[in-house]
Amino acid sequence: MASTETKTSPESGSVEAGLDALETAQPGRTPFRKTFVDKVVPPITAIVVVLVVWQGLITLKIVADPTKLPTPGAVWHAFRNDWLQGKLLGYIWTSVSRGLLGFCLALLIGTPLGLLVARVRFVRAAIGPILSGLQSLPSVAWVPPAVIWLGLNNSMMYAVILLGAVPSIANGLVSGVDQVPPLFLRAGRTMGARGLKGTWHVTLPAALPGYVAGMKQGWAFSWRSLMAAEIIANFPDLGTGLGQLLENARTASDMAMVFEAILLILFVGIAIDLLIFSPLERWVLRSRGLLVKG
Amino acid sequence: MATTLAKAAESVEYAARLEQVSKSFATPGGQQLVLDDITLDVAPGEFVTLLGASGCGKSTLLNLVAGLDRPTAGSITTDGRPALMFQEHALFPWLTAGKNIELALKLRGVAKSERRGRAEELLELVRLKGAYGKRVHELSGGMRQRVALARALAQESNLLLMDEPFAALDAITRDVLHDELTRIWSETGLSVLFVTHNVREAVRLAQRVVLLSSRPGRVAREWDVDIPQPRRIEDAPVAELSLEITEVLRGEIRRHGQH
Ligand SMILES: Nc1ncnc2c1ncn2[C@@H]1O[C@H](COP(=O)(O)OP(=O)(O)OP(=O)(O)O)[C@@H](O)[C@H]1O
Ligand SMILES: [Mg+2]
Repeated sequence: MASTETKTSPESGSVEAGLDALETAQPGRTPFRKTFVDKVVPPITAIVVVLVVWQGLITLKIVADPTKLPTPGAVWHAFRNDWLQGKLLGYIWTSVSRGLLGFCLALLIGTPLGLLVARVRFVRAAIGPILSGLQSLPSVAWVPPAVIWLGLNNSMMYAVILLGAVPSIANGLVSGVDQVPPLFLRAGRTMGARGLKGTWHVTLPAALPGYVAGMKQGWAFSWRSLMAAEIIANFPDLGTGLGQLLENARTASDMAMVFEAILLILFVGIAIDLLIFSPLERWVLRSRGLLVKG
Repeated sequence: MATTLAKAAESVEYAARLEQVSKSFATPGGQQLVLDDITLDVAPGEFVTLLGASGCGKSTLLNLVAGLDRPTAGSITTDGRPALMFQEHALFPWLTAGKNIELALKLRGVAKSERRGRAEELLELVRLKGAYGKRVHELSGGMRQRVALARALAQESNLLLMDEPFAALDAITRDVLHDELTRIWSETGLSVLFVTHNVREAVRLAQRVVLLSSRPGRVAREWDVDIPQPRRIEDAPVAELSLEITEVLRGEIRRHGQH
């Protein structure tokens, strides 16, 4: 068969190199100044505008009652007080540790559940529709039954987190698996990746974008329902989280503290998303070339 | 140059043997016969191109040989599990070029310590030395097909199935890859079953061209290609035989217009 020596036309190699050079994208780095102007300046401007309008409402006596609308200064004071007394980080940590621990439990339950629904036809027919229907149920609705089942305690709060996050995580994984291009599965099979090997080496990595999207949504859901649960289960010995802080502020009619608690809940939710889930999602998408550089 | 069917009696050895293979699909309008009574041998080390009009069942046939689907009738035997290279590169986007190749090695049971070196050798074989750490989306179309070729070669199958692997590439890149494929084939002694609807490509590459008719797909005719390698697609003998085959292919297609 080997009638041919490696006698392919000599210029073929260099043509090839030229083609490769032409067709490979030149990597570029965005300069720091541009990132700063594009990403940092707009949100800071927005915050400044909100503060100016807020202060304006009070200075111009459009809202005069400080029990309805505290001044930005009073809210700042509430933050400062809690910080100086060393309580601020405690509030945050109580809620965040609950939320993240509950979320990790939800991952441990939601992942195998999602795989089962995705791969076993009987399980999918049995609970698939319920699982995706559960996503449109506001997870706060689980708080009253959880209180009745488990009482006003920590397990109730974890149960509420699980009920919020597990369906999202499982559903994300199911839709991720469903959207795996058949071509990848066939390519895997010709290489000998069948059964469990196929699941591990092809199906799961291919389903990762959907899975991460489900995780992101699961976190958003569980954070919301955790806050609802904390507002209701308010005993000092359970520890004071952000929900409890909000409820304490309400009973004390301290509007500055109410604002403090709401802002904290908002910022912690955003921060977890920005620090954990968004980078994870971006990494998954970017490494596959699915993220168009904005 | 026309020859009759396979030299079945003499070749006890074969890389793939198809005996009276038929395949039909269930469609809303009833059973649709796509492949009818295909008998074909690929000898060890032989380069066969399978030529046919669009929709005549070429991909279906390769899927059957690759074991991704079962024939409705007849039997297919291959010497080990064939490697298959798809029309789209089918590389895994979550792995780098090098890791794609290493996955094929891993699934074949190659020890971890040897994989990296072997993957780099294969990349060198397809002249992509520096591409080990590149993501799939960072490679051009031609480079992707070469990585896909390297991944298929990593399976160390005796038979390489290729489903129009260069159809989406521009003429110059395709030319380069033809040279590469011929070189690799002659260096490795692989058997290749290469599907295309491009007559010149078929003649440029093959030792034997098999023409499939359409609806249902049957082996219409075969040609042995005695032109010595390396050939170029614009060589006169290649053009001449292409013309002859194109005439027959036209006739096949015309026959369908009359029904
Ligand atoms: N899974 C399937 N179910 C039903 N019909 C199918 C299926 N797969 C292929 N066919 C039919 O079989 C015929 C041959 O398809 P195939 O993809 O093998 O053609 P092809 O020769 O590879 O065409 P092309 O050159 O366009 O790739 C087509 O008419 C197609 O509609
Ligand atoms: Mg095809």
